[in-house]
Amino acid sequence: MQMNTAVTRSHETILQTNKLIRNTYTLLSMTLIFAGVTAAASVMMQVGHGFAFGATLVGIGLLWFALPRTQNSAAGIPVIFGITGLLGFGLGPMLSYYLSINPSIVMLAMGGTGAIFLGLSGYALTTRKDFSFLGGFIFVGMLVAIGAMLLNLFLGIPALALAVSAAVIMIMSGFILFQTSAMINGGETNYISATAGLFLSILNIFTSLLHILGAFSDD
Amino acid sequence: MDWLKIASGIFLVAMFFMILPSAKKMVQNSPKGSSSDWMGYILPMAAVVLFIVLLIALV
Repeated sequence: MQMNTAVTRSHETILQTNKLIRNTYTLLSMTLIFAGVTAAASVMMQVGHGFAFGATLVGIGLLWFALPRTQNSAAGIPVIFGITGLLGFGLGPMLSYYLSINPSIVMLAMGGTGAIFLGLSGYALTTRKDFSFLGGFIFVGMLVAIGAMLLNLFLGIPALALAVSAAVIMIMSGFILFQTSAMINGGETNYISATAGLFLSILNIFTSLLHILGAFSDD
Repeated sequence: MDWLKIASGIFLVAMFFMILPSAKKMVQNSPKGSSSDWMGYILPMAAVVLFIVLLIALV
């Protein structure tokens, strides 16, 4: 009887994990498409830096203050679409700049980001390794990267900006492993917050890769 | 220094202080990884680095 209960519970846990992963990737795909549409709209409207920065700020504001209050209810869905749409819209001036110098860089960064995300997610899902030990390393890495970005606002050293972009790719790649493993091993049970984390990782990898490829381009 | 840089600076400082409590909690509560755990992280990261080098070569 006890064994049957244990088997049923384990079966239920597997079903819940599979449901969480399926819901997360479905929502992630939809939010990425939506962010792509708003980014394209921003490019076509030739939005200025100030307006794009404002959209990003509102998106981050929703992420910090509205998402934690709504992620456990249906209200979390429009909030996550609002966040991803605004962050996508905020990419407009950056995309316009790279499209004007070499459109292939944008395509390469997009494809590269997709390949990195699929590769790392596939690695975490198939090996089912527990990457929870990366938590402290990732968050301290984020603080160091923010400190370096802040410093470079005043110094304006191109090599430091490139190093920060490379570090952000490594940190966000680690975050993809951390988040995916948390979904498998029970550390993350909410598909809306899981989607937000993975979306931000993808966005940061994309913008950092775009910066690196732009710097090494001949154009 | 233009206003966009100043606003970016304020935004980065705010972000730093928003992440700080989570970072403290993570450092205190994260389990310690064994050397094989770290190898499981370093190998895919090495693959990511090689992939980016390949992308740079393609530009």
